[in-house]
Amino acid sequence: MAAAWRGRVVTTVLVPLVSVVCGFLVGAIAIVAAGADPLVAYGALFAGAFTNHNALAETLVSTTPYLGLGLAVALGFRAGLFNIGAEGQFYIGSLAGTFVAYSIHGLPPVLEVPLGLIAGMAGGALWASIAGGLKARFGAHEVITTIMLNYVSFLVASYLVDTKGLMLAPDVSTPRTPDVDPSAVLPVILAGSRLHVGFILALLAVPVVWFLIERTTIGFRLRAVGFSQGAARAAGISVGRTIVLTMALSGALAGFAGIVEVLGVNYHMTDTVAAGYGFDAIAVALLARSNPWGVLPAAFLFGALHNGAGFMQLETQISSDLISIVQASVIIFVAAPVIVGWLFRLRRAPAETVHITQREVDAPVT
Amino acid sequence: MDLDVSWRQVHALLGENGAGKSTLMNVVYGLLRPDAGEISFDGQRVEIRSPLDAIRLGIGMVHQHFMLIPPLTVAENIVLGHEIANRGVIDLAGASSRVHELSQRFGLDVNPRERIADLSVGTQQRVEILKALYRGARLLILDEPTAVLTPQEIDGLFAIVRALVAEGNAVIFITHKLAEVAQIADVITVMRRGQVVATTTPKESSSADLARMMVGRPVLLRVEKKPAEPGARSLAVEDLVVLDDRRHVAVDKVNLEVRAGEIVGIAGVEGNGQNELVEAIMGLRPMKGGRVLLEGHEIGRATTRSRLHRGLGLIPPDRHRMGVVLELSVADNLVLDDYDRPPFARWLVRQFSAITEYAERLIKTFDIRVQNPEQPVSSLSGGNQQKLVVARQLGTLPKVLIASQPTRGVDVGSIEFIHRQIVSERDRGLAVLLVSSELDEVLSLADRVAVIYRGHIVAVIDAKDADRERVGLLMAGAA
Repeated sequence: MAAAWRGRVVTTVLVPLVSVVCGFLVGAIAIVAAGADPLVAYGALFAGAFTNHNALAETLVSTTPYLGLGLAVALGFRAGLFNIGAEGQFYIGSLAGTFVAYSIHGLPPVLEVPLGLIAGMAGGALWASIAGGLKARFGAHEVITTIMLNYVSFLVASYLVDTKGLMLAPDVSTPRTPDVDPSAVLPVILAGSRLHVGFILALLAVPVVWFLIERTTIGFRLRAVGFSQGAARAAGISVGRTIVLTMALSGALAGFAGIVEVLGVNYHMTDTVAAGYGFDAIAVALLARSNPWGVLPAAFLFGALHNGAGFMQLETQISSDLISIVQASVIIFVAAPVIVGWLFRLRRAPAETVHITQREVDAPVT
Repeated sequence: MDLDVSWRQVHALLGENGAGKSTLMNVVYGLLRPDAGEISFDGQRVEIRSPLDAIRLGIGMVHQHFMLIPPLTVAENIVLGHEIANRGVIDLAGASSRVHELSQRFGLDVNPRERIADLSVGTQQRVEILKALYRGARLLILDEPTAVLTPQEIDGLFAIVRALVAEGNAVIFITHKLAEVAQIADVITVMRRGQVVATTTPKESSSADLARMMVGRPVLLRVEKKPAEPGARSLAVEDLVVLDDRRHVAVDKVNLEVRAGEIVGIAGVEGNGQNELVEAIMGLRPMKGGRVLLEGHEIGRATTRSRLHRGLGLIPPDRHRMGVVLELSVADNLVLDDYDRPPFARWLVRQFSAITEYAERLIKTFDIRVQNPEQPVSSLSGGNQQKLVVARQLGTLPKVLIASQPTRGVDVGSIEFIHRQIVSERDRGLAVLLVSSELDEVLSLADRVAVIYRGHIVAVIDAKDADRERVGLLMAGAA
């Protein structure tokens, strides 16, 4: 038992921690190569993320979408689904929620906020279900379909936001939607900062998703399908329906992240809201080892990097893109086994098919 | 452990699944590296780092699962990796004649120009043997070679094995079947838990002796059971037609019925439609035609879930692919069929105290050896995993049990236990449809034997009239 416990600590805590440290080391090499002092750079990064005026609040603002999106991707992982489409679901969720939030007027905030959130989650859920349905019905791999749907969602967003009579606000110089109704806005919780209620909501999503996965029948079904579709099927679990449901839940979380960003920070949508959050979220989920509680520190790290990078660039003239190198190396270190495992599974799937065909070839056919 | 194999001998390596037979042979064939110890071949100490080394030495291995490429011809498969090329063009004609010559010499009867996909399993196995011989094998390792053969094909294989040793070669014959050992072996090495427990000959040791050495205690070789008292018709299959994955007819107008309190065994060589039949009955594969009736009610369109809830139970043929979720706990696996029904769930919330309580009860009743119900199933032995599957199915008190390969890859002790459970449930009125590629299992458990060949039930015989010879001929399609 003790050994097993230690093994778990190693994989869930130590590996991610070491990966983060290694990521920063690789980043330091890159900074040296760029002709700067890594200590100065990281000092500025740290200041920008935590110690400057309001920096911590801003870090938490950036952490918020990572929480929702990280949970979205992690949930998919648990059912054996690689949802690369969180970015697209984030967009579609934002669009749906924003539309509702600027269209309604005159209701009290206790109604308008939930309406906006529900619309955002529904948008994300529906969008993700398309990929889920395609997989369940036709076996189309979700990695392919969600990537494709990302492009569709970007184009849908820019079409809707750029077109008069659709979602384009009247009399604006750069294309954007109208501002949401004041009653739909997520209030700021720290005076003088941009930190809003959405952060609290995203925090609450962590135990909710954990409970869903570990304590409910839906979560059990999802995990069973993730581990063994054959055994799940033989036990009477509908694999197709579970896949669609998982994608919908994952999409709902991504849509939640999207609409929270609109109602809490921007109050309207341009056609570049997400800015890659959805792709970083894959890294967040990997770093968290698909554990909802793990998403908490992972999202915080990415929020801090995101927020500190800008200040670092300002202060030291080192491109904030270097932080992408740090992020990328962290992920390579943490995910190497996981990614290898994924590729292996992708490749093993056809191998298994070959095995089955072989057996059928054995079967004499009349 | 030590093992000495002499030329001109068939050396049987006898042991239960997990006794270490295959591991040992994989070391000899260079697929695994030994942690300690050495291998000598022809009196020389050798180091075998890869199958290539083994082949160069003259060691050949025929695996349980064939390593053949179905769309290619026999000759192409045999020369694969050892192509004789003439200015970059493969000399297939030369290879063919060489294959033909080898085939003649050992009575293998294989046509080098035929496609693997068109050959029977028995012939494919002979191709594997040819492949090893073509590469110069003098020591041939056969890993559970009879699992996929009919009794008549087994006789053919034995003749080939004898011809091989008569020419001075050696054969290592891995098996867990006692009857075969007595028939073919010159020397027998019995393994248990990674150790050699005895080296003997068929003359010195009876089957009962060998079984005792293999398991470590006396074993009941026959299943004890009272005559069946069949009741009402529980499961009926009428004119069932099912397609396989390639959309060929795998089950062709099958009619079958199983009464309460009887075991109907389906005998047949693997791949004659058994899996498709079972999957169609369980709703895991669509039917092309016909009906499935459970206690008189048509269930042909019902989902798997609803069939399970209406009293159908399934022990799936492939434990790891369909029977258990290895990563989940023992308790989770025991409620896999009923995870969302009371008392295991209230609304959407799982009720862990009820689950644990139920799991502990089944663990005790079915003698599943675990430390605690929360450990992952992957940490259990094959026998205990299979007992878990049996426990899950019988625990819900089904009316009909479809037991497909219920003891595949399971130790003798667990086989005894599972057989006893099935028989005692039968005595309580359970209808059992038993599908097994082990003819002995069908003959010893079933009250009626249905023989399946190419998707047809070619005969249904009363167990007392079903002898090995007759059933074997029917399995081979000689009606």
